[in-house]
Amino acid sequence: MPAVAETLDTVQAATEGGYKWGFSTDIEMEMAPKGLNEDIIRLISARKNEPQWLLDWRLAAYAVWLKMTEPEWAMLNHPPIDYQDLHYYAAPKKKAGPKSLDEVDPELLRTYEKLGIPLRERAILAGVEGADGAPADGDRPQVAMDAVFDSVSVATTFKSTLAKAGVIFCPISEAVQEHPELVRKYLGSVVPTNDNYFAALNSAVFTDGSFVYIPKGVRCPMELSTYFRINARNTGQFERTLIIAEEGSFVSYLEGCTAPQRDENQLHAAVVELVAFDDAQIKYSTVQNWYPGDSEGKGGIYNFVTKRGHCRGARSKISWTQVETGSAITWKYPSCVLQGDDSVGEFYSVALTNNYQQADTGTKMIHIGKRTKSTIVSKGISAGHSNNTYRGLVRIDRRADGARNFTQCDSLLIGDQCGAHTVPYIESRNPTAKLEHEATTSKIAEDQLFYCRQRGLSEEDAVGLIVNGFCKDVLKELPMEFAVEAQKLLAISLEGSVG
Amino acid sequence: MLQINGLKASIDGKSILNGIDLTVPQGEVHAIMGPNGSGKSTLSYVLSGREGYEVDGGTATFGGQDILAMEPEERAAAGLFLAFQYPVELPGVNNANFLRTALNAQRRARGEAELDAVQFLKLARAEAKRLSMPDDMLKRNVNVGFSGGEKKRNEVLQMALLRPKLAILDETDSGLDIDALKIVADGVNALRGPTFSALVITHYQRLLDHIVPDRVHILAQGRIVKSGGPELAHALEAGGYAAFVPEAA
Repeated sequence: MPAVAETLDTVQAATEGGYKWGFSTDIEMEMAPKGLNEDIIRLISARKNEPQWLLDWRLAAYAVWLKMTEPEWAMLNHPPIDYQDLHYYAAPKKKAGPKSLDEVDPELLRTYEKLGIPLRERAILAGVEGADGAPADGDRPQVAMDAVFDSVSVATTFKSTLAKAGVIFCPISEAVQEHPELVRKYLGSVVPTNDNYFAALNSAVFTDGSFVYIPKGVRCPMELSTYFRINARNTGQFERTLIIAEEGSFVSYLEGCTAPQRDENQLHAAVVELVAFDDAQIKYSTVQNWYPGDSEGKGGIYNFVTKRGHCRGARSKISWTQVETGSAITWKYPSCVLQGDDSVGEFYSVALTNNYQQADTGTKMIHIGKRTKSTIVSKGISAGHSNNTYRGLVRIDRRADGARNFTQCDSLLIGDQCGAHTVPYIESRNPTAKLEHEATTSKIAEDQLFYCRQRGLSEEDAVGLIVNGFCKDVLKELPMEFAVEAQKLLAISLEGSVG
Repeated sequence: MLQINGLKASIDGKSILNGIDLTVPQGEVHAIMGPNGSGKSTLSYVLSGREGYEVDGGTATFGGQDILAMEPEERAAAGLFLAFQYPVELPGVNNANFLRTALNAQRRARGEAELDAVQFLKLARAEAKRLSMPDDMLKRNVNVGFSGGEKKRNEVLQMALLRPKLAILDETDSGLDIDALKIVADGVNALRGPTFSALVITHYQRLLDHIVPDRVHILAQGRIVKSGGPELAHALEAGGYAAFVPEAA
């Protein structure tokens, strides 16, 4: 269906102002004291009944982190983060650990309801009753969700359908218990603990996240989805996601985020690792709309994320698609290491900043294998007083004969107080490589706005329409329902940016 | 009914309209002809509410409403449509989506039920067919990569779908070959009826052979200098503007 029309409908409905999903849930929390030290890490590990090797791994990461300093090369400004002023562990109080949604705190379920993420979430909640192998609801694609509420995963659905296919999809804390050999083999194999400051921190204190394993030759029967919510005051969120696609398998993974409104800045430092073997494909889609701070730039999430995919096998393919509209600060470069011959990496990104948001985001494509191919399409939209930077690296290794890259970076400016920056790095060590880079910067033209308004669209709806048009090349890479949600977000995020 | 009294307007401090008096009764089609720089396009922009055009005096009402006080989108919802001389491109915006969004925005503003995708597509396809437009024009991005003739036909398609009470056609004939001109004229003529008025702005008589106006007005130096029946356009074609506008000679 024409999602643009629906986008505009939603904007109408959502113009009460403010951050639509800015509420918090009143659930008893169990929290570790503030601060970070070895004891806190031991506590986290103990609470999760982790094996010794994982505790050792965390402690080693912590030791590395202590020697590192925060990176300063990004075009971002923020007050210093006091890492001792955060809680590193918070869990909703639970009796035994819910096995089904019936056992989940009703308040928690109401939170999901309030999130109001329309199509998918409701399908999932409704689907829980007959989730055991029940066929998909009509024309709606099946989606399985692993819901992360603060630090503990409380509801996992569609598990049995997935189990029949041999797919493992569970909280990573559970995977540590149930599939320790897989976790141990792959954890940190794409993003090593010493990769960067935030990855080291995550490795030391990660609390939960998702684990996905697709066996050889299996096409995952549904899209896998995780919702993240940051819900505890001063709780840093350190998600850890690990996806392994064995030879010839396929998986599409969706990640969407909302967070309650907060006055204080909240830190988020996730790590996502993807591994694709011969002929395997991983499609990873993100819609990120964490609280961006108010119109004065107060509050908002600090989002320092390390996402990397490793195309280990020949002809493997990893696609990152992201729509970033939230967070006060975004520091994020989903990357692909193209090791297998003929492997393919893709990065499709929309980053929208408004008010005083700052985004420094892009990708790295590391070409190692022969005839490896990468595509980068980045659309940056800046409004208000925001700053939006694309930062990307394309590196062609000496051995990567016939490697190819195509990069397109487009920036759209709304108003005259914002900034758009493009910082592409290209390193080629192989003369047979072909690299293309295109970049444009434009403004929404007055005649475009007038044309739309003459046809009956309000100015904000017109901007939403034009922006969605600008982002089309990226939005079409998203799964259908996610694309609808993303379009709504883009329009909502631009409220108040014109006029 | 459109009623304009003593309308004065300027752009960047330069006076363009110097007191326009014009009445277009409901159901009538009026033509405005005039040499370049006479204020034809400015009149269409002032009536439709484009930014940058300053109204310095006079009034303009449409169906009794003071349209000069309304936002452009409010004027659109009230039934005013401007067919652009230079239709604007909207990259990445699907033509059908754009039209449906516009139509539903207007319907919403008027308190009417919105059309769902199926209802809309049925309507749009029927109108496109009537205007000899290929279906794929609905699937393409708004005016992107359209030829001059396609752009103008797209304007007429939008007009047909939005069913305005008053259409202002700003030199819609410019850049059209004779076949496209006929299609455009047929599109306008199909809408003619007791509830449809039009202001056809043109430089040449040619279009008026196909859209025969009830009245013809000659605009020069920001004023209507002569009004008459369709024969006035023929006189103009024969004698040029010089007969009516000595300074333009």
